[in-house]
Amino acid sequence: MSEYTAKDYKKGQPRWCPGCGDHFFLSSLHKAMAEIGVPPHKTAVISGIGCSSRLPYYMNTYAMQTIHGRAAAIATGFKVANPDIAVWQISGDGDGLAIGGNHFIHAVRRNVDINMVLLNNRIYGLTKGQYSPTSPRGFVSKSSPYGTVEDPFHPAELCFGARGHFFARAVATDAAGTVEILKAAYAHKGASVCEILQNCVIFNDGAYESVYTKEGRAKHTIYLEHGKPMLFGEHKEYGLMQEGFGLKVVKLGENGVTEKDILVHDAHCADNTLHLKLALMDGPDFPVALGVIRDVEAPTYDEAVNQQIEEIKAKKPYHNFKELLYTNDIWEVKA
Amino acid sequence: MAEPLEVKELDQVVVRFSGDSGDGMQLAGNIFSTVSATVGNDICTFPDYPADIRAPQGALTGVSAFQVHVGAGRVYTPGDKCDVLVAMNAAALKTQYKYAKPTACIILDTDCFQPKDLEKAAFTTDNPIEELGIKNDVIAAPITQMVKDCLADSGMDNKAVLKCRNMFALGLVCWLFNRDLEIAFNMLREKFAKKPAVADANIKVVQAGYDYGANTHASVAHTYSVESKTKKPGKYMDIMGNKATAYGFIAAAEKAGKRLYLGSYPITPATDVLHELSKHKSLGVTTVQCEDEIAGCASSVGAAFAGALAVTSTSGPGVCLKSEAMNLAVITELPLVVLDVQRGGPSTGLPTKSEQTDLLQALFGRNGESPMPVIAATSPTNCFDAAYFACKMALEHMTPVVLLTDAFVANGSGAFKLPDLDEYPDIRPPYVTPDMAGHYTPYMRNPETQVRYWAIPGQEGFMHILGGLEKDGRTGAISTDPENHDLMCRLRAEKVAKIPVPDVEVQGRVDDAELLIVGFGGTYGHLHSAMDEMNAAGKKVALAHFSYLNPLPANTAEVLKKYPKVVVAEQNLGQFAAYLRMKVDGFMPYQFNQVKGQPFVVSELVAAFTEIYNQ
Repeated sequence: MSEYTAKDYKKGQPRWCPGCGDHFFLSSLHKAMAEIGVPPHKTAVISGIGCSSRLPYYMNTYAMQTIHGRAAAIATGFKVANPDIAVWQISGDGDGLAIGGNHFIHAVRRNVDINMVLLNNRIYGLTKGQYSPTSPRGFVSKSSPYGTVEDPFHPAELCFGARGHFFARAVATDAAGTVEILKAAYAHKGASVCEILQNCVIFNDGAYESVYTKEGRAKHTIYLEHGKPMLFGEHKEYGLMQEGFGLKVVKLGENGVTEKDILVHDAHCADNTLHLKLALMDGPDFPVALGVIRDVEAPTYDEAVNQQIEEIKAKKPYHNFKELLYTNDIWEVKA
Repeated sequence: MAEPLEVKELDQVVVRFSGDSGDGMQLAGNIFSTVSATVGNDICTFPDYPADIRAPQGALTGVSAFQVHVGAGRVYTPGDKCDVLVAMNAAALKTQYKYAKPTACIILDTDCFQPKDLEKAAFTTDNPIEELGIKNDVIAAPITQMVKDCLADSGMDNKAVLKCRNMFALGLVCWLFNRDLEIAFNMLREKFAKKPAVADANIKVVQAGYDYGANTHASVAHTYSVESKTKKPGKYMDIMGNKATAYGFIAAAEKAGKRLYLGSYPITPATDVLHELSKHKSLGVTTVQCEDEIAGCASSVGAAFAGALAVTSTSGPGVCLKSEAMNLAVITELPLVVLDVQRGGPSTGLPTKSEQTDLLQALFGRNGESPMPVIAATSPTNCFDAAYFACKMALEHMTPVVLLTDAFVANGSGAFKLPDLDEYPDIRPPYVTPDMAGHYTPYMRNPETQVRYWAIPGQEGFMHILGGLEKDGRTGAISTDPENHDLMCRLRAEKVAKIPVPDVEVQGRVDDAELLIVGFGGTYGHLHSAMDEMNAAGKKVALAHFSYLNPLPANTAEVLKKYPKVVVAEQNLGQFAAYLRMKVDGFMPYQFNQVKGQPFVVSELVAAFTEIYNQ
């Protein structure tokens, strides 16, 4: 049992708009941290710029709100230099995937042991309503009054393209689901990407209308659990099966389908092909996948960096500056 | 073997090795420099290599050169022109002859002066010596053939054999200057420790070059020696500027008891710092080659927050990209050293050439009121001290510091007296004390210095948030209060302004100079040499050379106003002069400005300063 409660991680009064998904997420983060039990002073929360990047101000931990897009790079330097601290990196879809896209993919590729939260509301809120790199094609916003003419990123695709080893998804309003994936992200050693689906009540309300309520989620999402069959629906009456190179939705009992025909989720499978299929599912034909979609063990960057230092220390004969000097060709000028 | 020639003693000599960029001229030059330094000469080197990735073999654009100035006493520059020019092919002779003195001895590989070589080098006749009007002593030797003969039994293929041509030239030059080959042999054994056959082949060719000179007298009348005269007793090594910078960082980290973290992205001419630091993991040095320049700096800011001595290394274009993260270190008041090895700009500019054109960028190139200390290294060996004191300043005053070097000092080398860290001042960061626990806020300051206290994450009772948004100075919470912002801007400026720096030293005719030369950073050697020459010619000249640029030394105004005439000489269009005019009321200097990407030429400086002197 953890000796901490959510209150121990709480600070200040959040100033997001009433109803903003950030409120829900913050509360789930406090809960998850308390359940994880890493002391507040051994925790660092690092964010970039944007509405969601204000989050560190409401954390009673070590924290840094940095500059736009660079949170992943800053968190990387922090974790490598001080691996004893649990590092959480908070970004929105603009911060993480537009201005900070390069740092996002490289932090994932290096597999730095940081918990990377991507609060995806598919809009720029702080600058008052421009489309983001996750806004769907044709999205009308202040900077796209006639609709966007570009395709969005799917965060999971980027994560897997960068050889990511952990990807999970939750809806901000689903506290239990969010706490669950945050705990799994912490437990995973390496870069853990958590996509949080949330509405911006001012500029993009209803972005996730179909999954925002409990009832909606029951109909339109599937909670993936490692080792469990991929069943969903209000009465778990639907399931997923493989068909050719893709997936198909089936109803139990129809056409002779039984539970043993349904795919069993393997989050630990090194091959990410099926993980990607799951992560890309969307309505109306498919449920949106929630939970831990991929969770595969791999060497972490910060550990490898520090391990290499220890190995070289054991191998090389010089360990301080004076000894370093004497590895060079030295000559003496006599008095 | 022929009788030994008479040996003439020289005070100083300049040797320039040149050839195709694949000919190994940098290595030959480096070995000759180290051999000279090892016997106690002072040395100053200048590698001059092309920016092309790999020009066609034998092309004029592919010539790579290495110049070394060897002195019995102190030498301050690599020398304007050379006394010995090695030209390994026709293109080298064509492009490098302009760097030879009229009295210089020229060494050629005749095998690379064949019709096709002459054509590639755009000679129009079959006699390049006559075509260039060369009246000097020329040692024309069939070097390629002799190297092939020498290694005929080695079992090496033709390509590997030809790679040893540079060693023949090295042997010949060692003979000309009566150098001890054993030192060169040891260097080769070390360099090729994992390939003993290659080491043996190189050694054999060096010896062959030496013997060729000794046996044939190589059509010269004398050989030469440069004795050691004025060196301070002690232990020395040859060091390049970038390596000295890396050593300075390592030394500072050890002295401060901190982990050294370098976040970097490769960029000419700064990359060797990343290379050097990456080697020394046994000292706990952590290097992260980041995805870009921005991440290099940003990850360093993260490492600084985590408690490391954080450094990021780059050149001018990289500073452009790092500026935003540098400013994050300004407002969060975290220690960070930003190394800018200046090169020719703007934009990609002249990547392998040297300038001092980033000064105003370092001082002012960021948004907002962004005070940042700036220190400039004055020579290859001085890079060590400059790096050490930049780290000390960053850690003790909780501020990012810009360390300016340039391609000239970064790639040049000098004889480096091994530093004794016990003689260097301690580095004491302003850590929080236990009594602050529970009521610590990040912008609590020492009232004398205005330096804030540093709480490294992991400690109970010191949790806090830093960030790019302005904070209330007392509580550490976000604040847009006008009075608070005004105060915070002033406090950050005051903190930097209060950093103590040593007075600028005046050298030369301190008391009665008619003309004061003023410079900063990597031009020190050339300006000092120009002053020496003018004083030797009976003029009254002094030099004030600046290393601390922000804050400026306390005696700056006094020094600048003391002399009847002042000339500010710099490798840009007047950035330091403009800065000094801004800082010192009524200061109206003469200016000498060059932006050629090449080091100053002492004779040109003397001519320009003499004209000012005589006005």
